[in-house]
Amino acid sequence: MKLKGWKEVEPGATVTEPGSSKKFKTGSWRTFKPKFIEENCIQCLYCWIFCPDMAVRLENSKMVGFDFEFCKGCGICALECPGKKGNKAIVMEEEGG
Amino acid sequence: MVKVAAVTGNEAVANAFRQIDPDVCAAYPITPQTDMMQRFSSFVSDGEVGTEMILVESEHSALSACIGASAAGGRVVTATCGPGLALMWEMLFIASGMRLPIVMPVVNRSLSAPLNIHCDHSDAMGARDSGWIQLWSENAQEAYDNTIQAFRIAEHLDIRLPVMVCLDGFIISHSIGRIEYLEDEEVKQFVGEYKPLNPLLDIEHPTSYGPLILPDFYMEYRRAHAEVMSKVPEVVLNVTKEFEKLSGRKYGFFENYRLNDAEIGLVILNSAAGTSKDVIDEFRERGIKAGLLKPRLYRPFPYKEIGNALKHLKAVCVLDRADAFGGSYGPLFIDILSSLYFHTKKPILINKIYGLGGRDYLPEHAELVMNELVEIAKSGKVKSVIEYIGVRE
Repeated sequence: MKLKGWKEVEPGATVTEPGSSKKFKTGSWRTFKPKFIEENCIQCLYCWIFCPDMAVRLENSKMVGFDFEFCKGCGICALECPGKKGNKAIVMEEEGG
Repeated sequence: MVKVAAVTGNEAVANAFRQIDPDVCAAYPITPQTDMMQRFSSFVSDGEVGTEMILVESEHSALSACIGASAAGGRVVTATCGPGLALMWEMLFIASGMRLPIVMPVVNRSLSAPLNIHCDHSDAMGARDSGWIQLWSENAQEAYDNTIQAFRIAEHLDIRLPVMVCLDGFIISHSIGRIEYLEDEEVKQFVGEYKPLNPLLDIEHPTSYGPLILPDFYMEYRRAHAEVMSKVPEVVLNVTKEFEKLSGRKYGFFENYRLNDAEIGLVILNSAAGTSKDVIDEFRERGIKAGLLKPRLYRPFPYKEIGNALKHLKAVCVLDRADAFGGSYGPLFIDILSSLYFHTKKPILINKIYGLGGRDYLPEHAELVMNELVEIAKSGKVKSVIEYIGVRE
């Protein structure tokens, strides 16, 4: 994508297009990524509640994975995940590892 | 009909605000600005204006509230001085970076420590590169006229930048002088109706202010800001022409006082220019070709025009009412030096630091400086490029 030059930027750095943050993919910030281990998931949806972005994907009200275009790898989902019998359903792994 | 009155600088500016009747004013009292905002608050309380007056707990909050109100779509004013302006520092760049046309008189006051409430220019000089436009005023009349013109400059759709109107603390803010007021209706018509640009309150067209701009875009916004600044001088001149038609009072980038055939000259801001002009008249009577340049539009600085106005002189003294610790020369001197650098023929320049913390600048100070300039013009020799005036050894 060609970035705008200085003659094209909006006065005062205002954003006049509603909802345009959707276009700003923040997934590239990640150094750790969450890994979903489905057999340990009890569908409590804590990960979905606690995610500071909207990067936990639900289908039919069930956790099915992550939206990696927006997940910044903060690890809050993995921390909050109660798992099943002591085994976490979300663990953090090094990005590209 | 011209309405002549004897008023203080603070009263004159408060009356300009009354005539303009801005939508919002958020301010915090600080000497010597207090009396200006107190007078304006009375206008609000007495129902003479419809302004929403927001009382806040600090200058940081005052300008923050102004930024919010201006982004929301209102015509917004505040006023401050000295340490108050210092406390606004962070918000100054936010107001200018968001291109919000806030008008703010700065009643020039020194900075602490040591604590001092009197006039010098350290406050506004520290904020000279904050992306605001700066107009400087010699007396109450100029402060009043500059305040009215500031709205037209700030709100011009090619500009949309905040403006500081500087006037000397106590010397002008609290001294009574003669002033010619315009009629309320004339001022209202001159300033016109406020046109908001991308106001937050326009819910049909949602706008976000203050996004995070990372290294991939930040420099483009700064470059764009510089471009807007470069358009300011033309707008300033057009507004002064219109203002002259209305008031009969002529303004420009600076005042050229007997400079055209001058051999020696002073460059000085604000109230001390008045004292200097008297002394220049005395020197002229003695056959010495002396003149004075008093900058009015200080940011953006009209380098080209000022360089052209001074280049033919033999010797010039730039008087700074602000120090530049470790920077060798006062801020005004550095700008004047820059304006002359590209000319092959230029005057010998010297710099005097005067009047810090309200120290009097007297006619004899100007005389001493001008006698020195006469000697420099004759001999071409400079004893010291920078010196302090009126300081005890």
